[in-house]
Amino acid sequence: MADYIEEMLGEADAADPTVGDLEIQNYTINFGPQHPAAHGVLRMVMELDGEIIERVDPHVGLLHRGTEKLIEYKTYLQALPYFDRLDYCSPLAQEYSYVLAIEKLLDLEVPERGQYLRVLFAELTRICNHMLNIGAHVMDVGAMTPNIWIFEIREQCLEFFERASGARMHSAWFRPGGVHQDVPLKLLTDIADWLDEFPKLFEDAMSLVTDNRIFKQRNVDIATVSKDDAIKWGFSGPMIRGSGIAWDLRKSQPYDVYDRMEFDVPVGTRGDCYDRFMVRVEEVRQSARIMRQCLQQMPEGPIASTDRKIVPPKRGEMKQSMEALIHHFKLYTEGFHVPAGEVYVATESPKGEFGVYLVADGSNKPYRCKIRPTAFSHLQAMDFMCKGHMLPDATAILGAIDVVFGECDR
Amino acid sequence: MAHSAPHIAPRDGIVETLKASLGAQLLDVIEAKDELSLIVQRDALADVLQILRDEHDYQQLMEIAGVDYPDRAERFEVCYHLLSLTLNHRIRIKVSTDEDNPVPSVTHLWPVAGWLEREVFDLYGVIFSGNPDLRRILTDYGFKGHPFRKDFPLTGYVEMRYSEEAKRVIYEPVELAQDFRSFDFTSPWEGADYVLPGDEKAEGDEADAKDKDAK
Repeated sequence: MADYIEEMLGEADAADPTVGDLEIQNYTINFGPQHPAAHGVLRMVMELDGEIIERVDPHVGLLHRGTEKLIEYKTYLQALPYFDRLDYCSPLAQEYSYVLAIEKLLDLEVPERGQYLRVLFAELTRICNHMLNIGAHVMDVGAMTPNIWIFEIREQCLEFFERASGARMHSAWFRPGGVHQDVPLKLLTDIADWLDEFPKLFEDAMSLVTDNRIFKQRNVDIATVSKDDAIKWGFSGPMIRGSGIAWDLRKSQPYDVYDRMEFDVPVGTRGDCYDRFMVRVEEVRQSARIMRQCLQQMPEGPIASTDRKIVPPKRGEMKQSMEALIHHFKLYTEGFHVPAGEVYVATESPKGEFGVYLVADGSNKPYRCKIRPTAFSHLQAMDFMCKGHMLPDATAILGAIDVVFGECDR
Repeated sequence: MAHSAPHIAPRDGIVETLKASLGAQLLDVIEAKDELSLIVQRDALADVLQILRDEHDYQQLMEIAGVDYPDRAERFEVCYHLLSLTLNHRIRIKVSTDEDNPVPSVTHLWPVAGWLEREVFDLYGVIFSGNPDLRRILTDYGFKGHPFRKDFPLTGYVEMRYSEEAKRVIYEPVELAQDFRSFDFTSPWEGADYVLPGDEKAEGDEADAKDKDAK
């Protein structure tokens, strides 16, 4: 009884643990590969001290399909749909880098309408991607409603993709020289109407989250990344802007007609998960702004280059012209040849800098196509971002990275 | 400039400045398609990248890409893509190496290089000396070979399936239902180096030339 009282009063010697005290050792757990908050197939070997993360070793590559190797065995046009399947949440943004790389090697001019259509749909892709990521991030930290609300907006985006290209997700609509086919006028007017409409639902959903106490407790000051760290770890996109560096490839290295667009680049102040989230929320508004300008400025005219050695003719033309038939046959069997050279073209995908390093040897197939994924660099920083945080914070950090494994593992 | 790819303003005089500051470590400078590539000595790579980062404001390492040229004496090329956030400029640094000679690691300059080097090691078998954690990253646990080398077949050597008897995933040699097809698209009028079927009689000397097409 005396022991018991001693223990209650805290007089027992803490340095010499007796019965009742536990010696806690670090233990290692597997987060994934099948985990609802892992956003795909990610296996993280975590070393925990109680509930505090000491070390994270992400194992990626579970979705490695050897896309870059496959591309070396395909013609330039056949390789295009592989890019849809990299980051399947923002397919057109991945195609963008690839077609621009081919155009740069060919020095091919794209007609204005083609450029406007590409910018319009790249921004629609950004909204579509952020709808998924914002929703998933919110759900990772415990809220259900906003995700379901803004998934409806994502569904509307996918319908627009379907009306333009015939496919909801894997569009393969951007082609070297422009886009595959023109859009009907009704689609453009419907997008214009939708641009006035969707912000209501979006702002409603965001009003539930952005000032929500629980959401802030889960995100503010979690995984703070300084400017120096963001640069050292190769961050890009919303991750580097969340850390307070106003770096946006659409502004600094404009491609297509981005230099005519007026938009703001949001930046964070503290570099935590909440800032990255809010940067994405603001990017949605800015994307809508760019889309409105595209719709206002878009001229009439051809949607793809008229160079028949690169861009195939339309079917109607083939019925009338022998030459068009020959071009069609040559382009869909042999494909076009790209002069030898190498380029690195990076665009601002919704997740960050998505680059394509294309080495051509003068034949109809790429000699080497290195894809620079955004998530690969970001995920590598998981270890230093998670250190010292609680286990449930890992899901918030992962959600704020916006990782998709089709792209990370290629 | 007709294309509409990302526009990067050229930096005037950068080539002369770099030549002066890198000296003999710089082997060649290639300017093509508005992009600047430097070929540097392999052993001096870490020093060159440090000079570029600290003195020439290329703060970010965006990408390390391996390329395989089997015909060259040193078959692998490793390309480092640097980005300057302040000067809004990109530069590419190249070194060449083979299976045995290691490339100095730059993980002490940029921690992001860790995984990027692991990827090149995994896919090409290029060794990076000084990388503290040079494990495979993208391929399977226990994978053999380096799949992105040009002499590695597209189909690979093993395939896996779930075996009902063994109650686990097993590996087997690849068996193709149909031979792998690789089409030769070179036009016979544009310098194909084989003799067309039926043309053997035209020139007697080449009658016994090996006919690749018939194979």
